[in-house]
Amino acid sequence: MGAPVATPPESRPPTVAPPKQPTEAVEGSATWQLSDRIGLAICWALGLLFCAIAVAIVVYLLIQGLTYLKPSMLVTPATAGFSQSQTGGFSDALIGTLIVGTMGIAIALPVGVGIAIWLVEYGRPAGLARITELTIEAIAGIPSIVLALFGTVIFSSTALGFLSRTTEGIVFGRSFFAAATMLSLVALPLVVASTREGLNAIPQHVREASYAVGKTRIATVRRILLPTARPQVATGAMLGLGRIIGDTAIIVVLLGATQNFAPVGSTFPLNYLRGAGTTLTNFVYEASPTGNLNQPQKAYAAAFVLLLMVLALNAAVDVVHRRARKVGTWSS
Amino acid sequence: MEFIASVPEFDRQVGGVSADVSSPPPIRRLPLEGPTPATQVAPPATSTTGHGATASGGFTAAKRSIAAPQFSIRRMEIDDVSVSYATREAVKSVSIPVRQGEVLSLIGPSGCGKTTLLRSLNRLTELTRTATLSGRILLDDVDIRLIEPTLLRRRVTMVFQQPNPFPMSVFDNIAYVLREQGSRRQRKKALEPKVHSALERAGLFEEVKDNLDHPALRLSGGQQQRLCIARALAAEPEVLLLDEPCSALDPQSTQVIEDLIVKLRDDVAVVIVTHNLQQAYRIADHVAFMYLGELVEYSSATALFNSPREQRTREYVSGAFG
Repeated sequence: MGAPVATPPESRPPTVAPPKQPTEAVEGSATWQLSDRIGLAICWALGLLFCAIAVAIVVYLLIQGLTYLKPSMLVTPATAGFSQSQTGGFSDALIGTLIVGTMGIAIALPVGVGIAIWLVEYGRPAGLARITELTIEAIAGIPSIVLALFGTVIFSSTALGFLSRTTEGIVFGRSFFAAATMLSLVALPLVVASTREGLNAIPQHVREASYAVGKTRIATVRRILLPTARPQVATGAMLGLGRIIGDTAIIVVLLGATQNFAPVGSTFPLNYLRGAGTTLTNFVYEASPTGNLNQPQKAYAAAFVLLLMVLALNAAVDVVHRRARKVGTWSS
Repeated sequence: MEFIASVPEFDRQVGGVSADVSSPPPIRRLPLEGPTPATQVAPPATSTTGHGATASGGFTAAKRSIAAPQFSIRRMEIDDVSVSYATREAVKSVSIPVRQGEVLSLIGPSGCGKTTLLRSLNRLTELTRTATLSGRILLDDVDIRLIEPTLLRRRVTMVFQQPNPFPMSVFDNIAYVLREQGSRRQRKKALEPKVHSALERAGLFEEVKDNLDHPALRLSGGQQQRLCIARALAAEPEVLLLDEPCSALDPQSTQVIEDLIVKLRDDVAVVIVTHNLQQAYRIADHVAFMYLGELVEYSSATALFNSPREQRTREYVSGAFG
């Protein structure tokens, strides 16, 4: 208050020959410390390295796959034979992968989304919520072979005998049911994490806006929060699906390492689901040079199909996100 | 701070004393101590307002609500209300009436409890687990604790600081309020008249009538906020709570919304929290000044801004702190 207002400076003296300006002023790393510059260089190198590895895998499998993959392999089941021309294709494995993926994600998605909603929107009692969080993290860290081993204990019990082949009171414990159930545990942490991330990204005032017009918590979840978090839920489902179709250990242990369907009983489709089977990963494992079948060309062909499926999932995630961006989001 | 940002507002005068070159500058910093600051200058005779011929505030901005409210009905009664978060008391025994036909503005510096008080009116404070409320809030003579929260929140709706339309179409934003909880029942056709009327009341219908299917989050900020007002009106509330509805908006959108608020006061009781003193002066009929959780002064807008009774009010409205 009362301070004299600074008068604007007099007109500037005429400038003499302005120094030559570079065409565009950009921030360069030239002024950085040496350690920062080295760090940047390492980041660049690692980024390029990973790109190179990814490209190498894809290109290699692309070449091998296109060389050996014949359309007939996709529709012919594996058969016993002495040469690669006699052993048929891997249609059972392909269908097995689809079955396992569908069943696994059909279990993991609703359970995972439910857990995530409960953790983010309710989370009471706090102790139980914390324990649930830790449990999910623990499941995420368990190697799938350990889950598989645990699965044999569960599904070989007589109480669950109806889910697999039972011979004279001895439960075989290997079926699509058993494998898909344990595989859903592999996908569950990814679904939970991704859904939680989506729900947490919604500003609190959006929830309050819904409560403030008299909506209940559950109505808000169903009509506002879940639709908003749909891209993240989809991402979680896709990532989970990718893990399911890529898992080998659980398939080998809990689906039975056969190369064909082994239906149990006669009620379609339960007979197939109750029986043992195979998937693409298992086929690749068996057909690889170290496996029992030793037909590497078909291993490459099957691996190529598997890779295409995973890449398609990644592309689907991208599409979901791009579509969600069209709806817009809240200015923060 | 808003005070200084909108100085030109003061140059515009209402009534006969306009364009008086000798009228004193409206902004003064009053020293925090001493009842009569040295810089005090005699205010202009604001005979047009009828208030405060000897006013010390010197608020001369144009009032949007030119006419006095035609009628006012007491809708809500805030009776000795205190709200605490855990051990911190955010609102300390405040009593204010809320009337339909009037705009009530809550002003005060940040953290003074205005928003908490506003949120307690439709029990939104209950969403904060540590919050506890004592005292009574009556809606049409019924204690709001006896009203089921979802029902209460349809009678006392709220608009927030950030425009927050739901991520769906403009139409669905309103339809969501009209439908039962989570249901999708009631077809679009059946809801159309109500949706249109809500948009019309919020003054948005003409702008969006061809684009009702467009995503609401693609509207401009001001349109989004009016959509939020339309959404709040769709529930046909008795009281409309606005929590700094213009703080994220440009001056032009602010003006549109202020006009709207003044228009709405006959149909619903309007309570608005604002940081912007000019805005409070322009649109409010009654103003409550809160400071550190206490209600310092409650009176008509012209009286509070032109002749505040309390020293703290005088200092706040003259920009000495805030």
